[in-house]
Amino acid sequence: MLADTRIDGVAKAEAITPTKGRSLWRDAGYRFVRNRAALVSLFVLLGVVVFTIVGPFFARWSIEKIDWSVVGNVLSKGYPSVETGHFFGTDEVGRDLYSRVIQGTQVSLMVGIIGAGIAVIVGTIYGAVAGYFGGRIDSLMMRFVDILYSIPYMFILILLLIIFGRSFVMLFVGVGLISWLGMARVVRGQTLTLKNREFVEAAIATGAKPLTVIFRHIVPNLLGIVVVYATLLVPEMILLESFISFLGLGVQEPNTSLGALISEGSRTMQYGTIWQLIFPLVFFVTILFTFFFVGDGLRDALDPKDR
Amino acid sequence: MKTAQTFKAAAVAVALLGATALTMPTFAASVPEGTTLAAEQVFKYRVLDNINTLDPQLVEDVDTSAVVRSLFEGLYNSGADGNPVPGVAESYEVNADNTVYTFHLRDAKWSNGDPVTAGDFVYAWQRAVNPETASNYAYFVGLVGVVNADAIVAGEKPVEELGVKAIDDKTLEVNLAFSSPWFIRTLSHATLYPSPKAVIEAKGIEWTKPENIVGNGAYTLAENTPGERVIVKRNPNYWDDAHTVLNEVQFLTINDENQGLTRWRAGEVDQTDVPAGQYPALKAELPDETFSVPQFCTYYFDVNMTDKQSNEALKDVRVREALNLSIDRDVIVNGILQGGQQPAYSFAHPLTAGYIMPQIPAASMTQDERDARAEELIAEAGYGKDNPLTINYIYNTSDAHKKIATVVGQMWKEKLGVTLNLQDMEFQTLIDTRHEKNFELARDAWCGDYNEASTFLSLLDSNSDQNNSGYSNAQVDGWLAEAKTSEDPNVQYAEVETQTAKDVAIMPIYYYAKVFMQNESVKGWPYDDVEQNWYAKDLYKVAE
Amino acid sequence: MIQFILRRLAVAIPTLLVLIVVSFMLMKMAPGNPFAGEKNVPQAVLDNIFARYGLDKPEWQQLLEYVYNVVFRFDFGPSFQYRDRTVNDIIAQGFPVTFTYGAWAFVLAALIGVSLGIVAAVRQNSWADYFAVGVTIGAQVVPNFVMAPLLVLVFTLWLRWLPGGGWNGGHWSNVILPVIALSTSYMANIARITRSSMLEVLSSNYIRTARAKGLPSRQVIFEHALRPALLPVVSYLGPVFVGMVTGSVVIDLYFSTGGIGQAFVNSALNRDYSTILGITVLLGALTIAANLIVDILYAWIDPKIQL
Repeated sequence: MLADTRIDGVAKAEAITPTKGRSLWRDAGYRFVRNRAALVSLFVLLGVVVFTIVGPFFARWSIEKIDWSVVGNVLSKGYPSVETGHFFGTDEVGRDLYSRVIQGTQVSLMVGIIGAGIAVIVGTIYGAVAGYFGGRIDSLMMRFVDILYSIPYMFILILLLIIFGRSFVMLFVGVGLISWLGMARVVRGQTLTLKNREFVEAAIATGAKPLTVIFRHIVPNLLGIVVVYATLLVPEMILLESFISFLGLGVQEPNTSLGALISEGSRTMQYGTIWQLIFPLVFFVTILFTFFFVGDGLRDALDPKDR
Repeated sequence: MKTAQTFKAAAVAVALLGATALTMPTFAASVPEGTTLAAEQVFKYRVLDNINTLDPQLVEDVDTSAVVRSLFEGLYNSGADGNPVPGVAESYEVNADNTVYTFHLRDAKWSNGDPVTAGDFVYAWQRAVNPETASNYAYFVGLVGVVNADAIVAGEKPVEELGVKAIDDKTLEVNLAFSSPWFIRTLSHATLYPSPKAVIEAKGIEWTKPENIVGNGAYTLAENTPGERVIVKRNPNYWDDAHTVLNEVQFLTINDENQGLTRWRAGEVDQTDVPAGQYPALKAELPDETFSVPQFCTYYFDVNMTDKQSNEALKDVRVREALNLSIDRDVIVNGILQGGQQPAYSFAHPLTAGYIMPQIPAASMTQDERDARAEELIAEAGYGKDNPLTINYIYNTSDAHKKIATVVGQMWKEKLGVTLNLQDMEFQTLIDTRHEKNFELARDAWCGDYNEASTFLSLLDSNSDQNNSGYSNAQVDGWLAEAKTSEDPNVQYAEVETQTAKDVAIMPIYYYAKVFMQNESVKGWPYDDVEQNWYAKDLYKVAE
Repeated sequence: MIQFILRRLAVAIPTLLVLIVVSFMLMKMAPGNPFAGEKNVPQAVLDNIFARYGLDKPEWQQLLEYVYNVVFRFDFGPSFQYRDRTVNDIIAQGFPVTFTYGAWAFVLAALIGVSLGIVAAVRQNSWADYFAVGVTIGAQVVPNFVMAPLLVLVFTLWLRWLPGGGWNGGHWSNVILPVIALSTSYMANIARITRSSMLEVLSSNYIRTARAKGLPSRQVIFEHALRPALLPVVSYLGPVFVGMVTGSVVIDLYFSTGGIGQAFVNSALNRDYSTILGITVLLGALTIAANLIVDILYAWIDPKIQL
């Protein structure tokens, strides 16, 4: 019943704005803006990003400087306070959490975005090639993805971090290694349907080379689904990183990530220094929430099946 | 120096011990008159997920030792104060130069009713060094001096030539390769427990399963689920069962120490460790159940003294000394760990039996004096804030190690302008890197294997397998060799400590404390034993 | 059908072999050895241990022997870390535990997740939708290493209702907390999958027809829309297996359940080569089996799909 009225609503909206030749993207933008949760999330997310850029200018402590007056008395002196300059309090050894949370947020966002970025690049190309050529190449390429899927990646990741040591690069490589698999599958599926469309056939008929067809005609038409999928991948990658940090295999000190800060904070939550958990957790949850909502909103907006 | 008294007392004790054969009073759960015992005599003890084996000859770590101690019993146990008390042996005699020990065994039984004989010890000790057993602690038998142990481990001699033999069923003779007045102290180590030949030969690797295992300890194995729990129950065949009070001990795996504390508060375990930094608050809240007792370990940094590291600055003793002096141990001990640990300026644990800690100059300075001296030294060496030095430090993944690394790094940065690059690696990688001498500074720690100073100081020998810093000083080697036969080894030990402190091959940070919560009803814990070798048979629970 | 299964099995075997070889090589590349501890072991002793476990042989020979034993004798060898146990023992003890709480967690997650997903889809963009999505995302974004200690604080320490750990042979009171802690991340995924596939189904023609015929909303949803909408949930069973084990790492750590997750991380960190390989092979086989079952189920539910 409710769905019915919604469909009516869309129908009315379409009736009001007459045939002005709107592009698919404009259309989607219009639908996205109407999704209040997604829109608010987008602004909140932008706010967090701006904060990580502007925030450091207000910091009075660096990420590694220890406030010696707090050491040993974190509970009674390390609480959040404007006077001491520890806006978010201090961690267990007296380092400023405000700076560390900002740095952790940057790292977590970066892991998420780079992980998703690798997925976009590798996954799109891989999936589009497999889907476009089809046949034996396709089944070979997809079987390879299946094989990788059946590997317990967490174990491989742990091993990689052990063998090559812990660094930003290794973290990105490890996260990127697995992130593209799902993307490749999704993109291949879409490519299969796209390649029989008239415009692709037309391009092939004019003698365009396969790679040209893929990059000129197919990939641009995949953008919608890729964007949606990538947006939803970012929080997954951030969650994955937090798990790695929890295992103690995350970035090296004095650098930190939200996952590392949360896992430190969760250890001391019963001892009264709750700010050590709350501040990173709030940022973490906010980022994940907003990414999920924005992703869902984008999907609803970009999905060709009109809802 | 409050602790000085204790050293002397311990020294006297060890002197007495070495002198003659002793028949000491039997130690068991000594429940004072008029105590109302709790109805339920079950002790629940927290362990990590490291109960790797229940085979006494294969035991490696502290928690597993605690379990095995309840299932097996050696010739001598360690008592409430850490000094030996008779176990399977009732008494012993030793020759004048402390090389031949003869033990007289009591009428003890295995849990299946068979008598415990001298032959069981011979079998077990031979088994420990047998290359086929492949025990990590095979070297321990050689370390304590049993004749031919090292050669057998190396496969150069047959196991039958091990310096231990059964004169008759109740008499065991041990021949040592060197004079060892402290041999009795090593007998409470699991490697030297007896093992049941018939069962091992019949069941092979399966012999430690609950349905197969046969022990001579006060308890028998009821359940063993690695990662969850080990349950042991009273052994009616134990020779001193009449004096045993606890009916059951549960070793519960709780990996996370904070989780352990939560469950301790909920009454699910009787004893658990206190997480770093929480001792003061807990002591204030629960003064009768919060304990901090000295533990037989030293925490230190290795400085790589070999040519395998290329940081020239660390080859300059002035730089090493400056680094060493500017570590404010009081901040680490009182600000970070906060659990009654003691700052360390020299290596051997001050409470080692018979050991008199020498006065190291750095120990008697104030921190301001140390800092001032450190600044002078680093300037002399040509470094400082205008010519900053960068050093790499490796440690293994752990909250406490990370905190210490962070704090020391900041101390050096602020006082000396040194940048300390922290490299957190997981444990096996650290061990490997340290062993390969592929580091500049490394975290290290040592817990004594037996209660005598050589258990620490022998690490400084250039030939020691445990000498991670690669320190090599012929004088020190000489003193260590001399100490083995010395009338008063403290003379040599003092030289060793003073010289190594001067050379700064290691930077001692602190002496451990075992900081734990223990349910008020639990009595009989050996608080005074620095090795914390507790025996379930000595504990009891009182009614609340 | 049978041909399909055979074809998939034919791929599975080389996949597992590749998995064994890759894991084996990664393991050997990792620094350290299973027998090193804080106290260095003298070389003579180490030689004996290596000889005892056949680690003194050339690596290719070790690999071949390992594969031979696994394939022909189903023997994963002795554990290096648990000196008096075999890998078969470890798996036989840990896997049933993990499987028990994992299966319960999945059931719980499916019940709640599907319900929330349906509510969210039927009332798209209403407060109920936002609430349902919010709850599920909320459950997902709070890492289970925060959730687990929090549950113990509340249910063990404050309420004193449930034990804070242990397995006790699978007693119900020991199972509840692990199940709750593990189910949250599944729940969120299931709810999100249900929501989006339900939305898709609801906008399809046959549902519109059913509505047009004047069928009550409830009947439309439960009799016509639910079954096809649950298809993607079925396909989620595959990843659940992997998730169960990675999730189990946290569960075992906090609840001392003695499951396979703890053994997995411990053996990786301790270089217990045989255990790590055994668990990896087991996991790989399970993942492959799960994917196969999912495909068969899929074809069974939806006759349109041809295998």
